[in-house]
Amino acid sequence: MADWQEDLYRVLKEFEVSQVSYVPDAGHRVLIDKSLADPEMHSVPLTTEEEGIAMLAGAHLGGARGVAAMQSSGIGNCVNMFSLVKNGLFPMLVLVSMRGDFGEGNPWQMPMGQAVEPVMEAMGFVTMRIDRPEDVEGAMRAACTMVFRSGQAVGVLLTQKLIGAKAF
Amino acid sequence: MNEAFRAGTAADMSPVGTLDRREAVPALVGNPQDWLIVAGLAGTAKDTAAMCEPEANYFACAGVMGGAVAMGLGLALARPDRSVLVLTGDGELLMNVGSLATVAILNPPNLSIICVDNGHYGETGYQKSHTSLGVDLAAMASGAGIPAVRSVSEADEIEDAGRLLREANGSSFVLLRITPNAPPPVIRRSLDAALSKDRFRAATLPAG
Repeated sequence: MADWQEDLYRVLKEFEVSQVSYVPDAGHRVLIDKSLADPEMHSVPLTTEEEGIAMLAGAHLGGARGVAAMQSSGIGNCVNMFSLVKNGLFPMLVLVSMRGDFGEGNPWQMPMGQAVEPVMEAMGFVTMRIDRPEDVEGAMRAACTMVFRSGQAVGVLLTQKLIGAKAF
Repeated sequence: MNEAFRAGTAADMSPVGTLDRREAVPALVGNPQDWLIVAGLAGTAKDTAAMCEPEANYFACAGVMGGAVAMGLGLALARPDRSVLVLTGDGELLMNVGSLATVAILNPPNLSIICVDNGHYGETGYQKSHTSLGVDLAAMASGAGIPAVRSVSEADEIEDAGRLLREANGSSFVLLRITPNAPPPVIRRSLDAALSKDRFRAATLPAG
């Protein structure tokens, strides 16, 4: 199933990403496993997603590139830390595996899932949704270009059309 | 409920330590130019700016409470060629104390953390923090798994702790217990995070 996850990791490598921070989510399983197995990648499990935003700002201070991977619920844990990104104009790439979205079976996921885009946009992020496996490589290349060449903050939403809805 | 909390008021300045931060922090840090420094908001930002200005080897926050340790981690992983120091306070660290666990499992040897513990939220009226009420952040750092930890309450303990920060084989953490009755240094610094970021990068990134 996961060819698109291979595409995603390959693009990150092309753009010389060297730090991956995450709170685990099924949608990021391949990214996490590949980063753990990659001797050139710092693979950093967090206790809360906002640590990843601060960590990647620190990485930029040191001239390194990173990506923060989290579930949609994690965006809610990051909101004040996004002040650092907006105020400091830090480049920031956030990969969001969506819950509370297309076909969600757990109502607890709905409020934050539906709030991801307005919250990220309010804090200065450009967001893009990816629904189809064949779009992952191109969208990731676009996102990495905007972040690492143009210094933008970009949220890439891996939707439940892409990763599959979880039914409870 | 903790009786000391019940008895607490905003004006209660009962100290967790006796050291004056204006002397103890510079003594513990040593030559600030030996480090790349990330400072949390409020008191430690002032401690750091007072030590470092006009040099630009520091990035100090004025918000994003709880972010300093994780910022230092990202910087330490990005710059294995340099020693990275995080200066944080008890209130700032308590907001994201889990970041000690994240540091511990990575354990970069070039990352050192000083928590300047005055037991109070100094910026907001000196309300007691949890460390005035029995919470021991050094024990929490040890419990997280950070291998080199010291708690400093007396001036004659500073030299050993400073050596630990510089020479430990893994990440290190020093809890510096100070009095809330001696305020941080008064210093003007830019609150422009973009300017501070660009200044830091220009001063510290290798050419090319």
